[in-house]
Amino acid sequence: MGDPALSRRGFLAASAAAGLGMTTLSACGGDSGGGSSGTTTIEWWNISTTEPAKTVWAALARKFEAQNPKVKVKIVQLENDAYKSKMTALTSSGKLPDIFHTWGGGVLKQQVDAGLVEDLTDRTKPWGDALLPVAKEPYLIDDRVYGIPFDIGMIGFWYNKALFDQAGIAEPPTTWSGFLDAVRKLKAETITPLALAGKEKWPGMYYWAYLAMRTAGAEALQKAYDDKDFTGAPFVEAGRHLEELVALQPFQKGFLGAAYSSPTGQAAAVGNGKAAMELMGQWAPVVQADAGKGLGKDLGFFPFPAVEGGKGAITEVFGGGGGHALRRGAPQEAVDFLKFFASEATDLELVKKTGTLPVVPAAESAIADPNIKAVQEQLKKATGFQLYLDQAYAPAVGQEVNDSVAALIAGSRSPEQVAQSITKTAKEEQ
Amino acid sequence: MTSTFLPDKRTGRDAGLPPPATDRSRSRARRRALNWLTAAGFQLPALVLFMGLVLLPMLFALYAAFFRWGGFGMPTEYIGGENFTRLFQDDVFLGDLWRCLLLVVLSLVVQLPFALAMAVLLNQRMRGRAVYRMLFFAPYVLSEAITGILFGMIFAPDDGFADQVLGKVGLDGLGGEWFADPSTVMATLFLVMTWKYFGFHMMLYLAGLQAVPRELTEAALIDGAGPWQRFRNVTLPLLAPTLRISVFLSVIGAIQLFDLVWVTTAGGPDHHSETMAVTMFQYGFKRYQVGYASAISVVMFGISLVFALAYQRFVLRRDLEGATTTMRGDGK
Repeated sequence: MGDPALSRRGFLAASAAAGLGMTTLSACGGDSGGGSSGTTTIEWWNISTTEPAKTVWAALARKFEAQNPKVKVKIVQLENDAYKSKMTALTSSGKLPDIFHTWGGGVLKQQVDAGLVEDLTDRTKPWGDALLPVAKEPYLIDDRVYGIPFDIGMIGFWYNKALFDQAGIAEPPTTWSGFLDAVRKLKAETITPLALAGKEKWPGMYYWAYLAMRTAGAEALQKAYDDKDFTGAPFVEAGRHLEELVALQPFQKGFLGAAYSSPTGQAAAVGNGKAAMELMGQWAPVVQADAGKGLGKDLGFFPFPAVEGGKGAITEVFGGGGGHALRRGAPQEAVDFLKFFASEATDLELVKKTGTLPVVPAAESAIADPNIKAVQEQLKKATGFQLYLDQAYAPAVGQEVNDSVAALIAGSRSPEQVAQSITKTAKEEQ
Repeated sequence: MTSTFLPDKRTGRDAGLPPPATDRSRSRARRRALNWLTAAGFQLPALVLFMGLVLLPMLFALYAAFFRWGGFGMPTEYIGGENFTRLFQDDVFLGDLWRCLLLVVLSLVVQLPFALAMAVLLNQRMRGRAVYRMLFFAPYVLSEAITGILFGMIFAPDDGFADQVLGKVGLDGLGGEWFADPSTVMATLFLVMTWKYFGFHMMLYLAGLQAVPRELTEAALIDGAGPWQRFRNVTLPLLAPTLRISVFLSVIGAIQLFDLVWVTTAGGPDHHSETMAVTMFQYGFKRYQVGYASAISVVMFGISLVFALAYQRFVLRRDLEGATTTMRGDGK
């Protein structure tokens, strides 16, 4: 038997040493790397973390591998927000994955300006040219192609046909004054004309963005951002038109505190027939049925009306989608994969199984839902396009648009103040 | 809390086995060194973690507050105190300070006295006392996020439980838009905060009341003191240390309020319920103006620190006597 005190001390010292060891160990990260011979591995970063897209996309990758035995596709899936922040870090480090998800717009332009993205203009001829024109818009930078779309969508009014009938509105309005009339008619029947998620701010921004597109033209929002000047008369006018709408008190009770997809939120109010319309993207019917009962056959879609005297047309679209870009110097196999992913066979499968809107015109036949078909109709005849502001603008500017438009709707900011505060933030962001 | 780990050599078993007198002092020095080494070994992992995860990020936030910085890469664009001057011209942030003060005052004037009244009530012998105590304490156990979702549903305009119940009993006039109306949102928020936290303070007071010796109240009774006099002159002074701690926790909680606001209103409508932490989150993680958000967090930290130090120095001084560790009592 040894000295018990010593052995206790020994134990203490040993465990202290172990503690030290742990600290050092945990400081080491795992570094893994590996190469393979003969086959090319292409890394594919996407954000399809939810079903059914997750499974469908993985199966498509396997299919591509089967067709190209010398290629391995390594899928890296990240959730939306995690992906955004990861990509920001990768962009500043200068290394992007072979194939990566992109929404186009300002972020893609940043990556292009940094010389990190492959110019696909020539490498995707002729198959790239055949894709739906509006779907390609977000990835065109100075008329060069930097991304290939797989999905496209747009914002518009989703309305309850039964409530429109009840208020005696025969046709969906096509002009702003016609729209305001429809709102008045619905109010007269004590029907809440519009549902709005005031708590979340971005649904309110859609009104201002569309009004600005209609008064100033489809190019104006991007130009104003590039010039850091939103104080032009058409932008103030857009704010005034929004004020006209707000003055009619068209929104549901307590809309300032309402969320979008909660059971008491915007989508549920329309889905349960409590409000006649909402301004929302092509995903609206799904959320309406999920948060509320859903309207079924009573649900209709119409584009944001034109503003009398404005430069914009009713056929100009506010929306966005998803696409893929390649890192500069990506192998030919990555281009092959893009071609495979934008083929008719793949697109048919995506439209059927994951509910995306077709980017290959021939895949249109796979649309079963009449509402999605209505959206597709609008997209096909689109004459202008503006990408979602949170993708087109730097985050601070996008948030300031949301914030100041929310204040306008709450009645605490004037159209001029909205234009000024967005300009101020845009200038700060250089 | 500060504490130093110093093994007391007089209590160890080896204290009874003195080594030969000749190299007693040398061996003592060696043992002391070994003691220190062992202590340091135990401290090191915690210290490394504390430095790496608490101290360094705090210092870094202070550093970042002087830059225009988007949060990725290292901050490079030094702008001096511009973030701070902007901060004190920002209506939202000035509003945050005002709302913080409002919540502190309401907590001290309404919530804590209410908790105290309940504690005094539940300190008496009564049927079902334990049940009441448990019921009132239960909300504290819920997470803030769940509380927020729950009350978001209860206070949903028209369809919510609150408006439905008020409608059923003919008090429709009292119902309203709750969280959705700029003029009622703070009152509603405070109602929820009180619901959630008064039970916690009540428990603190109950524990404090247990420690009030019955002899003293009995003596006061014999001296002819009425119930109010007994409470005011015997119970309350003896409860003072508990009260002081409870006020401290309440104020710090109000300064840092985030979860509940984020879940129920996200600071809205139109910033009318925004707190400093919510504003910080908006700028840091929505707008990616991390430099500016760091400036907000530095100010928040400053306010908390100044309050905590001043409170400890001037209010808690007597309570903390002997509890704070000083370097003089190092076990020698």
